[in-house]
Amino acid sequence: MNGAPQFTAVTRLLHWLMAAMVLTMLFIGVGMVSTVSGRYHALVSIHRPLGIAIFVLVLIRLVNRWLHPGPPLPAHLNSLERFAAKASQVVLYALMIAMPLVGWGMLSAAPYPIVLAGSVHLPPILPHSAALYAILRRAHTVLAYAFFATFLAHFGAALVHGLIYRDGVFTSMMPWKVRPRDSSSSA
Amino acid sequence: MSYRSGFLVVVALTAGVAAAFGYTGGWFSPHRLGPQRMIAALEAAGGVHPGFRRNHAKGLCVTGYFDSNGAGARLSKAVVFASGRVPVVGRLALAGGQPFQPDAARTTRSFALRFTLPDGEEWRTGMNAIPVFPFRTPRAFYEQLVASRPDPATGKPAPRRMAEFLGAHPETARALKVLGDQPVSSGFADSTFNSLDAFRFVAATGASVPVRWALVPIQAFSADESAAAGSRAPNYLFDAVVTTLQHQPLQWHLVVTIAQPGDPTNDATQAWPADREQVDIGTLTIDHAQGEDGGACRDINFDPLVLPSGIEPSDDPLLSARSAAYARSFTLRAGETKAPSAVQTAPAAGGDRP
Repeated sequence: MNGAPQFTAVTRLLHWLMAAMVLTMLFIGVGMVSTVSGRYHALVSIHRPLGIAIFVLVLIRLVNRWLHPGPPLPAHLNSLERFAAKASQVVLYALMIAMPLVGWGMLSAAPYPIVLAGSVHLPPILPHSAALYAILRRAHTVLAYAFFATFLAHFGAALVHGLIYRDGVFTSMMPWKVRPRDSSSSA
Repeated sequence: MSYRSGFLVVVALTAGVAAAFGYTGGWFSPHRLGPQRMIAALEAAGGVHPGFRRNHAKGLCVTGYFDSNGAGARLSKAVVFASGRVPVVGRLALAGGQPFQPDAARTTRSFALRFTLPDGEEWRTGMNAIPVFPFRTPRAFYEQLVASRPDPATGKPAPRRMAEFLGAHPETARALKVLGDQPVSSGFADSTFNSLDAFRFVAATGASVPVRWALVPIQAFSADESAAAGSRAPNYLFDAVVTTLQHQPLQWHLVVTIAQPGDPTNDATQAWPADREQVDIGTLTIDHAQGEDGGACRDINFDPLVLPSGIEPSDDPLLSARSAAYARSFTLRAGETKAPSAVQTAPAAGGDRP
């Protein structure tokens, strides 16, 4: 190995691309429901196709993760930290899958046309039911806040690894190739 | 970096991202006008009626079809404007948040439509039987709701607050004058319903023109005579529609008005000059009415920004506001238990007509 232990280039690309998309999505979501200004329509028009793009990418990412699991966590982490690391990843993946499906489902139940761009639209995935729409619309909000909270925990933990522990966890997902800090890591 | 300073950087960066999220969501902007405040103002004006639309609460479902004559196809590539017939679900309603208000001639009448296009697209539009809208911006609409709120001491709106509002909004005063001068028709059937807001029609060539549209009744106009007739039944406007549809359909021409450069597209309080080109693009036929409790229109949010390819929003600030506020209203009522609507029809009203 001629570098520090890192996820594959494809994994890192998917990670940072989706990080930008998901964070954009969360900010668009909280912003668009807060205003009746002209920004509302512009934001909604981005929100739908961006959500579907995230859904497609997360499925690709799950396959990629299964093919390339990446480097193990460092040995110094205690069992609570290991659990937090694994659990937050499971939650993030679950939300990346659930949020677009809940969004698609609630538009289906309302029913609204699910417009991606121009005349391109998706079929409904649930039957028409106002009561079901109300539940899913509520779930979309609750899950979005849970998503942002989990993102903050993930972001904070990554910074702790990168700035305080400096244990290679942060560098393992760096967008660029990182040289090892000492020769032992390339053994 | 020491452990301590590293920890501070982690906390500062995480808190910074959280604060940016909160700022985006308006948590630190108490004056931002969002759909929640808009709906709260409507409920303060019309009362809280769970399960009902927060505005235009009293209504009746109608169904029928739109026969496009093909004349709109040169202006817009929307599939609905090619020659042919598409099914329509509509809703006739009265403005205001009170679902049990008695019908009154001067209450603004509205007509909302959903066209279902052959390719699965939809066009939803909500029109009003007034020539101009009294408010240019969502903020003005909101301020008027607040100004007309009953004074807790007297139980009536304070005239001074409304006068102050009109002083600050001369465009509203001008529009209300236009509305007051408008002859009132006898019912829904002989009313002209206007989109009020401007949109853009985009042709297959990519050329785009600002437009407004209107439903112009084929039924002959007759002036409202409710003042002379004395007291009317509380649902007399809706009852007339139900009764007529048992014998014959109701029809409107869909007429598109094309703006000239300089005509305001961002100000629904101003009519466009009367000599602007108008194109009759087809005929709407309504042949059935249903009380909205079991009617096809009940669960439709007539969001004016549900548009097919070929129709786009203009820069009219009311459009986004209507879309956002209607979505909030729909979300609220979808999760609530609704009392029966004021206007009921016998099962399959008009359904026995061939």
